[in-house]
Amino acid sequence: MAEQFQTVDPIITADALSSKRRLRDLPWWLFALFLIAIYVFFAISANEDYNAAFVFIKTGLIITIKTTLISYSIAIIFGLLAGLGRISKNVVINNIARLYVELIRGIPILVLIFFIALVGVPVLVNWLNDFGFWLSDNGVGFFGKLFTAVTNQDISMITRAIIALAVTYGAYLAEIFRAGIQSIVKGQMEAARSLGMSYGQSMRYVILPQAIRNVLPALGNDFVAMVKDSSLVSVLAVRDITQVARLYAGSTFRFREAYIVLAVMYLTMTVMLSLLVQLLERRLKTHE
Amino acid sequence: MSNSDHIIVVKNLHKHFGTIKAVDGVSIDIERGKVVVVIGPSGSGKSTLLRCINHLEEPTSGEIWIDGEKLTHATKQINEIRAEIGMVFQLFNLFPHLTAMENVTLAQRVVRHRSQAEAEQIAIEKLQRVGIPEKADSYPANLSGGQQQRVAIARALAMNPKIMLFDEPTSALDPEMIKEVLDVMMDLAQEGMTMVCVSHEMGFVRSAADEVIFMDFGKIVEHTTPDGLFNNPQHDRTKLFLSQILEH
Repeated sequence: MAEQFQTVDPIITADALSSKRRLRDLPWWLFALFLIAIYVFFAISANEDYNAAFVFIKTGLIITIKTTLISYSIAIIFGLLAGLGRISKNVVINNIARLYVELIRGIPILVLIFFIALVGVPVLVNWLNDFGFWLSDNGVGFFGKLFTAVTNQDISMITRAIIALAVTYGAYLAEIFRAGIQSIVKGQMEAARSLGMSYGQSMRYVILPQAIRNVLPALGNDFVAMVKDSSLVSVLAVRDITQVARLYAGSTFRFREAYIVLAVMYLTMTVMLSLLVQLLERRLKTHE
Repeated sequence: MSNSDHIIVVKNLHKHFGTIKAVDGVSIDIERGKVVVVIGPSGSGKSTLLRCINHLEEPTSGEIWIDGEKLTHATKQINEIRAEIGMVFQLFNLFPHLTAMENVTLAQRVVRHRSQAEAEQIAIEKLQRVGIPEKADSYPANLSGGQQQRVAIARALAMNPKIMLFDEPTSALDPEMIKEVLDVMMDLAQEGMTMVCVSHEMGFVRSAADEVIFMDFGKIVEHTTPDGLFNNPQHDRTKLFLSQILEH
């Protein structure tokens, strides 16, 4: 037995081992996803039923992308403000930020979308309108018009959906920003303040650039999550790809084609974005 | 009120952290151009005292006067006074996302409102002064500890401060890098900068200090000259401390 082991060339063994390890480390899951996508793409180009479904559903793609991008951009601003509020020493600001974050995170996104779009926005607009009429009645018609110019009928469902997603994601991003800011060591703020910089200046020039760099991967992951959650706006009859797919399936009874195409469209977007985030993460690490 | 010769006046300063009295009734007057070194065992309140002088720690009670102006809680006034007081930290605290040059120019532009060109010119001057002009475009991560600390000194000097505070500037350095930082500090002392240093570098005390303050349990035990400290310490506590740190 011992002799048998000795006949094995150690270099070959090492090579075999490492190639085995290389095989094991390959991203097989990605290949599998890729195969599924290829299969569906093939079906779309070769099969009439799949093709018809795709042609119909892709009309919602612009809405999905637009909703995601605009909501996310606004959510970044809400998140940054609320994140700064969460670490503020001012009791009022701190509590308002905390209330916003806890309130939103304690309610399912679907419920929030219904609530904000169908209750929050109309009530707020009514208040503003009433305030405008009150101003007009009291002789300041010019300012009154500013508040009565926009009525609930003018605010489309897609705008409400974007507001709802932005408000919701703002609360989640706030916690990312807060954690990012708190991950910067205390000495950085002290050094900046010791040079005479104000709190705001220190935040802007010293803390936030470092904090945001640290949280970029987390922000990227939430962007991917937002792509998926944008499908929830379909409950407001906004014609994103999910809504369009539902309409298509409902009218043609081709459920399988509709939802397979829909799922692969989301997958294509999310997997590509996730890979980009991973790439970014790796680049940030090597540049540290 | 304050004698114009006294650039720092501390009156009956207390700083408590919960029940711990980090600084417990300290009063000192520091004359313009003097180099004062604060020594004492860890936890004796020397760093806290230093950090109260530029209000990085808010005093529990007591008064601090900087160049005839009393420190209040007004943020604006504190920012203005801090710009006049350079501080050097034990762990350097350079801004890691900025180059050495950008570290030195940032506060000049934001606080002193200097133009980019002017700030850069001053920065080069100060980096030359601390002996590393060639590192202007390096990021802190690519500098040695001694080099980082020298950039930190340049960053503070670029604001043209009236006072420099050093909080254990060499404690985090490898032995061979301590000298390069101390050399810069000696030069500054010779040029007449008012300096308050928390440091246990006895060589620096001997050759650069005008006064030495020995602190223990938040109180000043002994306020003397380097000569008085080494040759004629008055208190047993001071003698014991000296014998411990001078043994090696």
